[in-house]
Amino acid sequence: MTELFIRLMRKPQGFVGIVLLALIAAACLFGPALAPYAPEKIDFLGRFRAPGWQNWLGADQFGRDILSRLMVGARSTVPLAFIATFVGSAAGATIGVGSAYLGGRTDEAIMRTIDAVMAIPGLLMALLLVSTLGNGAGNAVIAIAVAFAPGMARVTRSAALNVRNQDYVKAAIARGEGAPWIIFREMLPNVMAPIVIESTIRVSFAVMLFATLSFLGVGAQPPASEWGLMVADARQYMHQAPWGLIAPSAAIALTAIAFNLVGDGLRDALNPKDER
Amino acid sequence: MSLAWFARRLMLMVYTVIVVSMLVFAITQILPADAAQSLLGENATPEVLAALRTRLGLGDPAWLQYGRWARHVFTGDFGISMRTSLPVGPEMLAALSRSLLLAVSAILVTLAIAVPLGVVAALRQGRLTDTGVSLIAYLGVSLPEFVTATLLALLLADTWHWLPATGYVSPLEDFGDGIRHLALPVLTVSLILVAHVMRMMRSETLDVLKSDYIRAARLKGLPERTVVFRHALRNALLPVVTIIALDVGYLLGGIIVIEEIFAIPGIGRALMVAITTRDLPSIQAGALIMAATYAVTNTLADMAYAFLDPRIRYD
Repeated sequence: MTELFIRLMRKPQGFVGIVLLALIAAACLFGPALAPYAPEKIDFLGRFRAPGWQNWLGADQFGRDILSRLMVGARSTVPLAFIATFVGSAAGATIGVGSAYLGGRTDEAIMRTIDAVMAIPGLLMALLLVSTLGNGAGNAVIAIAVAFAPGMARVTRSAALNVRNQDYVKAAIARGEGAPWIIFREMLPNVMAPIVIESTIRVSFAVMLFATLSFLGVGAQPPASEWGLMVADARQYMHQAPWGLIAPSAAIALTAIAFNLVGDGLRDALNPKDER
Repeated sequence: MSLAWFARRLMLMVYTVIVVSMLVFAITQILPADAAQSLLGENATPEVLAALRTRLGLGDPAWLQYGRWARHVFTGDFGISMRTSLPVGPEMLAALSRSLLLAVSAILVTLAIAVPLGVVAALRQGRLTDTGVSLIAYLGVSLPEFVTATLLALLLADTWHWLPATGYVSPLEDFGDGIRHLALPVLTVSLILVAHVMRMMRSETLDVLKSDYIRAARLKGLPERTVVFRHALRNALLPVVTIIALDVGYLLGGIIVIEEIFAIPGIGRALMVAITTRDLPSIQAGALIMAATYAVTNTLADMAYAFLDPRIRYD
């Protein structure tokens, strides 16, 4: 574990990614305590105040401090994207390993169905689910998790197919172990590496998807300082205060980049042979 | 490409469309405890609710409801819009044609930018150009469409006034104005696709350049230009077909946001309007048409791939 971390930190991309992630984690944990102002504090004299010493990143249409809103908003964006990815990955991984374990025609049928489900673009799937379940951050998380599961199933299954033919799995079958034991105790631990890599990269998609749903008005609801919502708000005032638009956009992009970098870094660290 | 493979691929496509139609129907009509209530909201009178339940046949078992809907859809009848009281099908297909114009233009622009950049990055692996290209690619995949769209609009339409910010003009009516209105949305979609295709193109080119036949071509004393353009590029370009096809899925999702932002009356915007006004037949038709478009494109791409690369034998 420590060795992996060192190898991850040695590459510039891994290092930058880890540093960014640490900053984001700090914002999620201590954001409200560190923020210079309360995120909902309205200051009518400071409407559309440009970035400066009073508001480092400027102020929005109500004079609310954008930096403070970003720092507090990290909590209502990143952890939710994380949860959605985790739930989606867990479900997808279980389906994938299960499919590889069953093998043969069952596996074929499951995978063709997964392929079919993936014909529905992720955003469309999420929109359909949210429109049925009702708007809100919680339902957006469920929708993203469901939208992610098929992709994870496919990735996991291709890794699990190799494991399926290993002697220890055959031995477990010969011992007469049940399917749940073989799937969760024998096969799943041995396909964790690709699952972790894929999930890390997917968190960045989840952050973007979640922000997009909020932007479209079906995810987090006002007055939450969710980043996608902040962009949607600032769009009407982009003449007077372009910083209101740029700051949350940059926050989303940096978060997505951080998870992408760490995911790619992990891939390199776990497969030292591949030099790409 | 054998006939059996061909037939099998077509059957997979049909299977995909059937699965998708079941899912779309299940999510929109079966999953809600009372679809009529959720469509009409809290304030609906009991009579109106009852009328809608009868119209949608909500009292019937799920498979019967699906069967009835699927039979109509199969004959091209997607029902009557609850918002405009017009048939949904023709409206959605007209919207789809406008979206396809956007999508095809974006793919062409993407190819024109991404392929050369990816090859150059691969040829200069590890140097400044390569790092620069990789950085841009990272940024491209890390910005959600709504951010890219908004920032581009801020820059090109709002600050510099080069392009109109929103709206749609059919290029058939006024070609110049039509293109000008398409430019911003196409640019937005392309930026994200370029990042994706460029990364793939780079790694494919790197792989091909390492192969034995390229080494042989170099040892033979062929000029580098011939090696790259006549020998390497041909093989490196093949997977791009598949990647573009997979990106069509992304494209169809991204188009929802982009059409919403730039006010283009395509299928994505039609779907958003349907979702916000809870127009059930339109939601079902829009979602199904989008997914079916993806299934068809993917099948065509697979066939094109098998056709272009005779080494591949699917069985």
